[in-house]
Amino acid sequence: MIAYILRRILYAIPILIGVNVLTFVLFFVVNSPDDMARMHLGMKRVTPEAIQGWKAERGYDKPLLLNDSREGLEALTDTIFFQKSVKLFQFDFGISDSDRDIGYDISQRMWPSLAIAVPVLLVGLLVNITYALLIAFFRATYIDIWSVVLCVVMMSISGLFYIIGGQYLVSKLLHLVPISGYDTGVSAIKFLVLPVIIGVIGGIGSGTRWYRTLFLEEINRDYVRTARAKGLSEAVVLFRHVLKNAMIPILTGVVVVLPLLFMGSLITESFFGIPGLGSYTIDAINRQDFAIVRAMVFLGSVLYILGLLLTDISYTLVDPRVRLS
Amino acid sequence: MTGGLVILWTDGLIFLLLLFTVVFGVYASRREHLRGPWRLVVRSRVGVSTLVVLAFYVIVGLLDSIHFHPLAPSQEAGVESVRSGEVISLFDHLVTPLRERHEKTYSAPLATHLYAKETIELADGSVLRDYPRLQFGGAHLEDPHGDWAGDVLKLGLIGLSKGLLVTLVVGNILLALLAGRWRMGFGDAARAVLWGRTIVPWRVALVTLGVLLILVMVSIELSTGYHLLGTDKVGEDVFYQALKSIRTGLLIGTLTTLVMLPAAILLGIMAGYFRGWVDDLIQYTYTTLNSIPGVLLIAAAILMLQIYMSNHADDFNSLVERADLRLLFLCIILGVTSWTGLCRLLRGEAMKLREVDYVQAAEAFGVGHFQIILRHILPNVLHIVLITVVLDFSGLVLAEAVLSYVNIGVDPTMNSWGNMINSARLEMAREPVVWWSLLASMLFMFTLVLSANLFSDVVRDAFDPRLRNSR
Amino acid sequence: MTDTLLKVENLKTWLGDGEHPVRAVDGVDLEIRRGETFALLGESGCGKSMTALSIMRLLPPAGRIVGGEVLLGGTSLLDLPEYRMREARGGRMSMIFQEPMTSLNPVLTIGRQIGEAVRVHEGEIGQPLAKRVLELLKAVGIPDPERRMNEYPHQLSGGMKQRIMIAMALAGKPDLLIADEPTTALDVTIQAQVLALLKELQRDTGMAILLITHDLGVVAEVADRVAVMYAGQIIELAECERFFGHARHPYSQKLFQSLPDAGKRASQLSVIAGSVPDLDQPFSACRFIDRCEHAFADCQTAPGWTELGPGQGVRCYLAGKPEFRVSMTPVKAVQAPAMGGEGLSPLLNVDQLKVHFPIHKGVFRRTVGHVKAVDGVSLSIFAGRTVALVGESGCGKTTVGKGILQLIRPTAGRVQFDGDELTRLRGAALRSRRADLQIIFQDPMASMNPRMLVGDIVEEGMKAQRIGGNALQRRERVRELLEQVGLPGDAVSRYPHEFSGGQRQRICVARALAVDPRLIVCDEPTSALDVSVQAQILNLLKQLQNSHGLAYLFITHNISVVAYLADEVAVMYLGRIVERGEVNRLLAEPRHPYTQALLSAVPVADPASKREVIRLQGDMPSPAHPPSGCHFHPRCPVAMPVCRERYPAVTRLSDGREVSCFKVEQEG
Repeated sequence: MIAYILRRILYAIPILIGVNVLTFVLFFVVNSPDDMARMHLGMKRVTPEAIQGWKAERGYDKPLLLNDSREGLEALTDTIFFQKSVKLFQFDFGISDSDRDIGYDISQRMWPSLAIAVPVLLVGLLVNITYALLIAFFRATYIDIWSVVLCVVMMSISGLFYIIGGQYLVSKLLHLVPISGYDTGVSAIKFLVLPVIIGVIGGIGSGTRWYRTLFLEEINRDYVRTARAKGLSEAVVLFRHVLKNAMIPILTGVVVVLPLLFMGSLITESFFGIPGLGSYTIDAINRQDFAIVRAMVFLGSVLYILGLLLTDISYTLVDPRVRLS
Repeated sequence: MTGGLVILWTDGLIFLLLLFTVVFGVYASRREHLRGPWRLVVRSRVGVSTLVVLAFYVIVGLLDSIHFHPLAPSQEAGVESVRSGEVISLFDHLVTPLRERHEKTYSAPLATHLYAKETIELADGSVLRDYPRLQFGGAHLEDPHGDWAGDVLKLGLIGLSKGLLVTLVVGNILLALLAGRWRMGFGDAARAVLWGRTIVPWRVALVTLGVLLILVMVSIELSTGYHLLGTDKVGEDVFYQALKSIRTGLLIGTLTTLVMLPAAILLGIMAGYFRGWVDDLIQYTYTTLNSIPGVLLIAAAILMLQIYMSNHADDFNSLVERADLRLLFLCIILGVTSWTGLCRLLRGEAMKLREVDYVQAAEAFGVGHFQIILRHILPNVLHIVLITVVLDFSGLVLAEAVLSYVNIGVDPTMNSWGNMINSARLEMAREPVVWWSLLASMLFMFTLVLSANLFSDVVRDAFDPRLRNSR
Repeated sequence: MTDTLLKVENLKTWLGDGEHPVRAVDGVDLEIRRGETFALLGESGCGKSMTALSIMRLLPPAGRIVGGEVLLGGTSLLDLPEYRMREARGGRMSMIFQEPMTSLNPVLTIGRQIGEAVRVHEGEIGQPLAKRVLELLKAVGIPDPERRMNEYPHQLSGGMKQRIMIAMALAGKPDLLIADEPTTALDVTIQAQVLALLKELQRDTGMAILLITHDLGVVAEVADRVAVMYAGQIIELAECERFFGHARHPYSQKLFQSLPDAGKRASQLSVIAGSVPDLDQPFSACRFIDRCEHAFADCQTAPGWTELGPGQGVRCYLAGKPEFRVSMTPVKAVQAPAMGGEGLSPLLNVDQLKVHFPIHKGVFRRTVGHVKAVDGVSLSIFAGRTVALVGESGCGKTTVGKGILQLIRPTAGRVQFDGDELTRLRGAALRSRRADLQIIFQDPMASMNPRMLVGDIVEEGMKAQRIGGNALQRRERVRELLEQVGLPGDAVSRYPHEFSGGQRQRICVARALAVDPRLIVCDEPTSALDVSVQAQILNLLKQLQNSHGLAYLFITHNISVVAYLADEVAVMYLGRIVERGEVNRLLAEPRHPYTQALLSAVPVADPASKREVIRLQGDMPSPAHPPSGCHFHPRCPVAMPVCRERYPAVTRLSDGREVSCFKVEQEG
């Protein structure tokens, strides 16, 4: 088991290196730092000096891979690749193009992100599983058929509409909660209620449908027939036998996204003006702040790989077939 | 009317895709295992009605994909008309009035006046703050306040009757064709269809078609005198924008798939079939690509594209071409982020099939690897590919909206539902609210995505017998 | 009758609504008495499982009971509300299923799953519950029940799982146990254990058993009374002894005649022509009419039930004529198999074949051991002869077949075919040699690409081997081949799924023949087929051997097929051959204790045969960790100390037999 986890961690290393090289190519090779500087300084009449100045300020004036002007190891380390890409491995994200410490910003902004993402996940899970179980109980009746139609309709509506519509209805017409903004401490709740509710509603369609499929798949298995042959009631069959088996794919599906919760939701956060990592990323994209985007790409990959790792581990925890073999 | 034909990159690809679909259709029609499920699809009521709706979207999208330089009407008589630098599509040409009738700024659906008060200088020199009349919307009305309701009703009714008429004509042609095919009298055929006793639910198809045709006719009639869905900030017709966005949505939903399919199929099957180091390498590739959060990868790629484009602005002939290339690039990037799912699925399936007896039997005959993959593995995973393609479509259409909202979607100058929603966001904050852009984009997008979702459900049920039996 | 426990009257169960519902059960009457074992015998698709599920009211969603009555000790089960029915289910009657592997919940412990049944029906909790679960586990003979209670199903073998299922069924102290093919998924030695257990439990508890099976041998072994089901109806009912001596329905009689055994070696097996009619139609004629050789004008109206005596009856017009007896179909005597010529060199010579699969473990996936699926198998086959490779599932017999064909590359050893060393051939050289060796698989469903036409399937080998001339000539040859295996010429342009299981297996034979092979590896080619269809395939194989001089490596677990078809037998246990020899002598007088046990466990379709079943303890160990010494010693009834220490060498007996056993070595 420990050997297994170790192996998974070792396997993550080449992937992270791959991600790192990929981001490096994307950010520094496809377009040279000169291009970036020109872009930032405005297209018209940029003097070479201005470009040099911009690059020097941000440390983009070094060679990409090999610094001929340095001796020994420094020839390798004093390069853009080493300074900007390799350092990501130490979670040293550097300074943003607008001169802020990215690492500090991230540590500050992940909490509001979590404050939305975690309740959305938990409440969503509860609602979806309950609803899906209900549908499974009434399978092949009109309740089932119309619930599936409802789910399809709900998942056909763009998430943006849920947000815009929710804001309009709840905040603008009914004045129940503020449209957007954020506060610290308990008073944050009034800013969080709406985004959480909308997040949950937006996920009901696809979530419930997916869980329903899982439940129905389990219901058709032989062991369910055995359980019925024992004389168990339908509710016991559903809760003790079906739910327990279906929870394995559900749980592992949840575990894989757990680390990514830190990244927040781009859309929700920017609509509701919540200072999380999602809106941080969006702002960076809109300001074309490459340092931040680069940092977030790497961070996202690390968290995703962590999610994969946790999934593997959670399998060994919840599924006796994996745990004991 | 036309100058030279212009084939944009995406136009070429979309027609390539069309050709591909036709070829696949011919291939499928000869093979029972592919034809059978499709037969199930067209026999389902949901299947046919969504097919009719989707066909409507596809027709608009295809019409909008034939581009050319229009001939500018020459200023002086007798001089040859000159080719303008502008590029328009066949669809634009068909709806020229919609395209060209610009108002000054916002106006509500079917309005006769602008949405905001302006200072109007009257003929006598006095100045008045009022809602000015629109240049085109309801311009034919003498007394906008008194005549408006009657006029709208009249146009609506004309549209309705035209719609019914067309439906009737189309319906009769269809019945005649069916009667010929079934070798029975027209009356018998008509009764069979109308009582819903046919295997293919023609009645449902006819009703859906009728509803659509009536909607189209009513829209056309109303659009002759008004802006059906109002105008936006710069006075452009919102209905036109929404229609133009259809092409963008369809392109994103289909081209992305086209771009990713070859790689996903080839690599997925190879990984599963050969295993060993081939498998390790392919798995490594897709895990790495997959581990970068999709939105961020797209953001990074699009940002880089923007820099490239702004630094090489001279390479592009027109704004349309530039927007088109960006759209294509977006499709490619979306494809890169989404091929991994299918690839993994195919890998697993190929791995299973590799051990199946008939593959072993082929091996025992000395059939080569390439032949085995082509003859035994590929045909047996084709239904998975098909299901994935259909299922992915609606997700991609929705993704376009989100990406455009974040400014990493299609070019801001391009018509798309995402861009419409993006601008609607600010409009919703206005007082009074400008709601029609949002509503229009929502309506068009929702109809497409819902049809696609329902259709894909039918397709999946038809092609996946395991699911078909579970209930 | 007071001792009637279950009475089913005119039960009708349909599947699916649509325009053509499948009439899976179409008017079944039966009566089961307290404490008896009542066998419901029938081929696949005849509606026997549906009958059982209808009685339990556990039909799949598509099924519904459209008529009839089910009385359990006077209670009408079909009229009970669902909550009362639940009390009966698992209480007064319980059921076990065919697939013990999938019938247990994988994420709950054994103890919980049994405890659940106990709690529902006896309301016990806590200590008494645990005690009762232990009791049940002991009753079904689970060793070390305290530990097993906390284990999960995947930690148990198939036989153990079926015991757990039985324990669960016993929890409610049922009067009636419905066993739906309880041993079909198990090996013969395990089957013998489970059948013995059921008998024993019946003796102790006095419950009645409704045994559903397709295996005449199992019926002969345990049943008191038999009902034969055909196409949704019961066509014959009799006491077991009477049935096996004097079956009255033509179908039942044919069934017996199509059973292969040593006595029929010289002749072709009798077959039942055609296949079971589709059940999605109403019948007016006798359902067996199309396949019956004795059908006459009256049979156009469906025969009613003819009572022949107490507890005996037949659904056939001929039953009235007491002297009626279906004659053995006159069969062509099969010519004596062409002798391979002992002096000549064998066609195939396998020497010390080993196929090991590495087990990876640890951080760097180092190979820490091997699954020794095949661990030193030697055998040789002469042209025109049949060697049967016999063994239980997991003993590596299929891997031997694939290893010979180089579908799995052997780890070590030699495979010489007609002088060529196959293990050394690579690429094109191997590919061109492949025409000589072909394979027929067990599952005729999976062995043909469902996306290809039958013509293309048969042609594929010829194309790959570039033989058979041009496209037109190849087509002609395909037609010939299909005719040769008894299929109509228009089969070429149809898909495999349009054919029945037996027909599909014929197509597979035709496909193999297309490249003119000299040796065919038959990997359980008949075990997925019904007895009557099996006979067709066996006849075909025998006939082809005579006409083409084919050699067969016949991999099977079915001893009666071996007795009928094989010239030589090799018995495998855990990757090695333990005994090998001429078929008649080996079957008549097995020497290796495993062979003895295996043969004794095979049920014989004759209740009069009183043979001593040598009951083996436990299951076959995993080939990843074979026991030290002789692999068989932990289960061997005559194991000696030396057996624990080393693997016995091959002892050659005077009759040419080869046995690997110390006991035999000592006795000489």
